[in-house]
Amino acid sequence: MMLTAKWRSGLLYAGVGAVVAYCLAPFYWMLVSSLRRTSDIFDTSLVPSSVSFENYRAVFDPAQGFGRALLNSLVVAGVTTVLALLVATFTAYAMARLEFRFKRLILTLIIATSMFPVVSIVVPLLKLFTDIGWINTYQAMIVPSMSFALPLAVWNLTTFFRQMPDELEHAAMVDGCTRGQAFRKVIIPLAAPGIFTTAIITFIAAWNEFLIALSMTNKPAMQTAPVAISKFTGATTYETPFGSQMAAGVLVTVPLVVMVLLFQRRIVAGLTAGAAK
Amino acid sequence: MKTRITRACQCSAAFAAAGLLLSACGSSGADGSGQTGATSFEGRGPITFVSGKDTTGTRQPLIDRWNKEHPKEKVTLIQLPSDADTQRQQMIQNAETKSDAYTVLYLDVVWTSEFAAHRWIDPLPGKQFPLDRMLKPVLETAKYRDGLYAVPSSSDGGMLYYRTDLLKKAGITQPPGTWAEMKSACAEVKKLPDAKDMSCYAGQFQKYEGLTVNFSEAVNSAGGTVTDGSGKPDVDTADAKKGLDFLVDSFKDGTIPKEAITYQEEESRQAFQAGKLIFLRNWPYVYSLAGKSEIAGKFAVAPLPGLDGPGSSSLGGHNLALSSFAKNKATALDFMKFYTSEETSRYFLKEAALAPAYAAFYDDKALVEQYPYLPVLKESILRAVPRPRVVQYGDVTASLQQEAYAALTGSKSSAQALKDLQKDLQQKSAAQ
Amino acid sequence: MAVTKTPPETGAGRAAGGDRGPVNRRRARATAGSGRMAALLVSPTLVVLAIVVLYPTLMALNGSLYGAKGLDPKTGFIRDTEPFVGLQNYADILGQAGERFWNAFWNTTFFTVVTVGLETLIGVGMALIMHEAFRGRGLVRAGILVPWAVPTAISGLLWRWIFNSDGIANALIGQQILWTTEGFQAKVAVIVAEVWKTAPFIGLLVLAGLQVIPKEVYEAARIDGASAARRFWHITLPLVKPALLVAMLFRCMDALRMFDLPYILVGAQKHSVETLSMLAHHEASNVRFGPASAYAVLLFLYVFLIALAFVRLLGADLIGDVGADTHKRKGRRLRIPALRRAEVTS
Repeated sequence: MMLTAKWRSGLLYAGVGAVVAYCLAPFYWMLVSSLRRTSDIFDTSLVPSSVSFENYRAVFDPAQGFGRALLNSLVVAGVTTVLALLVATFTAYAMARLEFRFKRLILTLIIATSMFPVVSIVVPLLKLFTDIGWINTYQAMIVPSMSFALPLAVWNLTTFFRQMPDELEHAAMVDGCTRGQAFRKVIIPLAAPGIFTTAIITFIAAWNEFLIALSMTNKPAMQTAPVAISKFTGATTYETPFGSQMAAGVLVTVPLVVMVLLFQRRIVAGLTAGAAK
Repeated sequence: MKTRITRACQCSAAFAAAGLLLSACGSSGADGSGQTGATSFEGRGPITFVSGKDTTGTRQPLIDRWNKEHPKEKVTLIQLPSDADTQRQQMIQNAETKSDAYTVLYLDVVWTSEFAAHRWIDPLPGKQFPLDRMLKPVLETAKYRDGLYAVPSSSDGGMLYYRTDLLKKAGITQPPGTWAEMKSACAEVKKLPDAKDMSCYAGQFQKYEGLTVNFSEAVNSAGGTVTDGSGKPDVDTADAKKGLDFLVDSFKDGTIPKEAITYQEEESRQAFQAGKLIFLRNWPYVYSLAGKSEIAGKFAVAPLPGLDGPGSSSLGGHNLALSSFAKNKATALDFMKFYTSEETSRYFLKEAALAPAYAAFYDDKALVEQYPYLPVLKESILRAVPRPRVVQYGDVTASLQQEAYAALTGSKSSAQALKDLQKDLQQKSAAQ
Repeated sequence: MAVTKTPPETGAGRAAGGDRGPVNRRRARATAGSGRMAALLVSPTLVVLAIVVLYPTLMALNGSLYGAKGLDPKTGFIRDTEPFVGLQNYADILGQAGERFWNAFWNTTFFTVVTVGLETLIGVGMALIMHEAFRGRGLVRAGILVPWAVPTAISGLLWRWIFNSDGIANALIGQQILWTTEGFQAKVAVIVAEVWKTAPFIGLLVLAGLQVIPKEVYEAARIDGASAARRFWHITLPLVKPALLVAMLFRCMDALRMFDLPYILVGAQKHSVETLSMLAHHEASNVRFGPASAYAVLLFLYVFLIALAFVRLLGADLIGDVGADTHKRKGRRLRIPALRRAEVTS
């Protein structure tokens, strides 16, 4: 009982359609809301009656400093991701390839440390960073972000490295590679989809961090995008600028997606095609 | 910090020496001046002003003007998120770390007691501010235990918005002064064909600070109290029950639409603008927005109604306070005088529609022309009852919301809710 | 971002390999001493975590032994010192505030079980579909990132708007449900929003797991005549199990700490959706850092136990402990022929 090719592809596209609808329908609502005029923001029609960019203009009003905030987010999340992946690669390699005592305990510890609620660690950290003069610096946001980025990266990389069979490395070492070279030239390229995914997930986690970024900065020039969004208001205290919040949400999300799109075409497609064919 | 501890010690030493002096210690801040010796407002130089987002874009130009006149004592505006809880959290974090990053704080009126009791803000020399020209209920929000800890910058009071067009069609000439009048006016209006699907009244009943405001207003408007003058809970009374029952019964009989249990300020404003409500309790900010909506020209404001006569509003607004951990306090004091001056208040009223603390503006002809609601607002503020002025305001407001919400959603009778509330508040004030 | 360093030619990759050089030589000399090398490789992570987490955590642990600062009725000021109360905060939480604590505990557990369960189903489904070859796959794959990329605070606002009494959700189902009041519907709202946001997380990680499985494994199975369901159950699932489990573990940890979403979507102090993190936040925001820390510590213990159970139950797949050897070998035998070929091509 084989499905015909036509049926199969029909089913596949239906599935793809379902996935896309599931992921994008609420986002579409966000987009539509951001394009409505403030006066008909409560409208529930599926297409805005008249498209208006007033919310986007409000977001990019120079006084909001949103462009700068996006740049700050990029720096903080980017550096966090690079550092976390670098450090995590060593650890994950040890976890995946070496036998040693307390491995289980260490892995548990690594994940458990990331679990302490941020709200309880932010005051001690703030005291510490105030003392060493780190307020309003990138490192004051990057270092605490490592607390959740690093465990995420270590655990995921460990899994992906483990999925690579030892034999590959051994073969490379027989060919005269050192263990390090074998790892670098064989395992890393093969595990690229995993590494890439880990990077995306770490990046997004760092990109969305709010409480630390808010507490560690008090200069507008240093605030990250989520902090900037939290400062969006209407003309008075009570007025909720829902439209411009949604516009900012769209503007925060879209660059991530575009970036992922660009990188994944270049790297993942290329690598997986070459290696795991 | 050190000077404060010593001050407290001196006081208790004096108490030990002569019991008489205790009263002197306690009341030394009666007009604020008694405590000026404790805080020395010394040091000039750059300071910061910490507030929520400058929503109207009027704060920065004012600060720019100050900076031009005081090039060596520049003020930097630090803007916190628009959400009030987050603002408070950031200010507390700053105080907990004893950081001097924040100098002058823009405090919500309900935070004064908490900040003063924790000694996060300094007592202020009341004589240096024109306090006697300010509305008394507004000034009260700046005091803690009779000491002045902040200076009123802006005020806010609830008002009753109503549909003039519909009332007129139904032959009603006067806005209602009592709840009963409001309900009978609704009955008349709903006889009109184009109003039969409308609901009578709504306020803000979602479980958040707005519920505290609406619940307190109902209780106060029926002659009850939540806490007495000294902050002691006194809410399990027949009068308070009448107030709460007005809300509970209105939900039951549909006077208030059932979805109003999810309303915050914005949802209720939208419902009013969309023509779903005949009456709405809200803040002055609605006036200009509704004036640009479909109901422009079809509404007006009146003081909040009550049980037997005009009701009382809760007080909103903001005060300026001086962080205890700040530097350059002499500059800060000057800046606070500048920022709370009559001239500045006029500027904020004209440019940003912020209700002033000064009495005179409410009768100013030119201003009333620009903001026709000013006389109503003045009445509202003069009759206003401050929300409980207690140190643990967060706990008190949580209890109020808890019990009021239980009564409104019908999971508790109003009598039971008030009884539990009284017990809860007593426990909390005892725990302090 | 970091993907720039994944290809072996780039700087980061070289640095990593270069640093490992001497370590490898040492290992070559003493194979038994892999512990030392492991220590060397693991220590950077532990050092970083010690700095960013251990210090504040110990502070919090210590803080949980102190009560809130009291009000001195004479002066009207809050006292300067927090009284040492030992374990009283914990006793209060479990005794006096027990009802609220256990309600939050069950809410937290309920949300975790239901959301992680749903996310796993949806996420694996997504991954399987995305793994198939079709046109525009890259675009769709970036598209499924969208829910996860929307900041939680914004997503909370978005869903609050959707679940508004006059919002699109009620317009679509044609009746007025008051989602943001107390009751089961509030739980549903939180679950829908949470699952929407995080199913792609599991989907992406499982997809990555699928992609590193060599195609030849499937082809071999297909030639053997295994049905699609059997192939999924006996080949795909065991092979992606580690990736799936790690994804689930992280989702569990995160769900146990859930805060922003119920807080923004439904609101503070709603019993139907109150979680342990919200209780900790409530205490902290009322300047009772001691009790707040105690809540945080209790939550931490709970999370730690779950993490420990995960590691213990599934350690075999995750880190290849003793006792897992037979299982592992089975999987490996399957892979070998495929990989030989892979080697040749690379």
